[in-house]
Amino acid sequence: MAQKMTAGKRVGMEVSIAVSYAVQLARAEAIAAYPITPQTHIVEHLSTLVANGELEAEFITVESEHSAMSASVGSAATGARTYTATSSQGLALMHEILFIASAMRLPIVMTVANRALSGPLSIWNDHGDIMAERDIGWIQIFVENGQEAFDHSVMAFKIAEDHRVLLPTIVNLDGFILSHVVEAHEILDQETVDRFLPPLKPYHRLDPQKPVTMGAFAMPELYTEVKMAHQVALTNSYDTITEVWREWGALTGRHYSPVERYRTEGAKVLLLIMGSLGEVAEVAVDDMQAKGEAVGLVKPRLWRPFPFTDLRAAVAGCDLLIVCDRALSLGGGANPVLAEVRSALYPLAQRPQVLGYTIGLGGRDVQPDDFIKLVQHAQAEAKQGPSQEFYLYGVRG
Amino acid sequence: MKKSWDQWTWQEVEIGGVLTVPGTAREYRTGDWRSLHPVWDKKRCIKCGVCWTVCPEAGISEEADGYFDMNDYCKGCGICAKECVTGCISMVLEGE
Repeated sequence: MAQKMTAGKRVGMEVSIAVSYAVQLARAEAIAAYPITPQTHIVEHLSTLVANGELEAEFITVESEHSAMSASVGSAATGARTYTATSSQGLALMHEILFIASAMRLPIVMTVANRALSGPLSIWNDHGDIMAERDIGWIQIFVENGQEAFDHSVMAFKIAEDHRVLLPTIVNLDGFILSHVVEAHEILDQETVDRFLPPLKPYHRLDPQKPVTMGAFAMPELYTEVKMAHQVALTNSYDTITEVWREWGALTGRHYSPVERYRTEGAKVLLLIMGSLGEVAEVAVDDMQAKGEAVGLVKPRLWRPFPFTDLRAAVAGCDLLIVCDRALSLGGGANPVLAEVRSALYPLAQRPQVLGYTIGLGGRDVQPDDFIKLVQHAQAEAKQGPSQEFYLYGVRG
Repeated sequence: MKKSWDQWTWQEVEIGGVLTVPGTAREYRTGDWRSLHPVWDKKRCIKCGVCWTVCPEAGISEEADGYFDMNDYCKGCGICAKECVTGCISMVLEGE
């Protein structure tokens, strides 16, 4: 179906299906996946494409997500373009292999349809799953709508496989809120994607003619140096990520930045949020600005490597920054995004007051009015001095 | 001269920690953390090779004269001493 589509034409389809077409157009050669809600439709449709002969790929059915990621590591090590997708408990089950994939510098691409972690059992959306995997050493990108999900799913392969990068990459999209809704997407044609994304050229690969050892151990004398090399590679991947995004912008007219700004000009109060709630917050910002309130919005798209310079530039000049997390760091005072943002701003001589809110846990709906109430609450707290380390918005009792 | 791996800087680490040459395990002398090592009494040794056969870690080598001795990979487990037919192997503390 994807090949028959005309470039520039907008087609209505479920976001999960659009992501599966992105993976098909990227000519993924190996897909190892285990079904888990709300990611299932992506790999389900990919398995259909493979079964119908529309995608020439090895579809590896595994018995768990631990095996899905292990098989992905093995397949990427042979030099195959490798894709998988998961959510929540599935991502948690991949945990130990995620570090190995990135330390081995294997350019696997994975979609995470973000979902709350148990317990209590919840299939609905928040960012608790990916925030628990913050430090796995992968590139981590957040998208806000279906078109972004399609675009970044194609671009992720080009970024991950670049020999200046060689890092696995996660595209985060909100479970159900994005994965299960029908949106209009521009699906590129195969020729355009082929020109944009050349075949994978492995840097190292398992080859009996030229044997190498992958996944060797490191003595205490060497572990620190290997970690430093990984840290530098991930930090420096910023340049390639933004280069690939610029190329995509020239190709499609859709431009992406590490930290997106929405009506921030002159805004003294800024909301900050990642993921699909960014669009909800835009409606709230429009409402507040229509009433003459100088409230704007910043939306970090790139979570790892963290875009320090872009963030500092985006919030320069505001007095109050309201950081919205979709996850909790239980027992702590700063949830993951709040901690990162505060840390990024702390060294600055001029910095805004930063307040943190956690919203939309376990699928709790967040409407534009909620952002307006949240801003009012934050302004009152900022005025009288914060009464809490952070606020769990909307909690009863 | 090639720099030893324990002197590599982070810039010198191969991408992904990949080892591009075979046989590097030889460089890691795993015997250096043993606390006991076997000592052969050559007067009682009959060169039967049971110690060499039962060693689980290839930590025993045959010498040119047909006797046996530990190598750099002996971890001091003592299986050779236990299984020695004539009882000619004794386990001795490192440094003694």
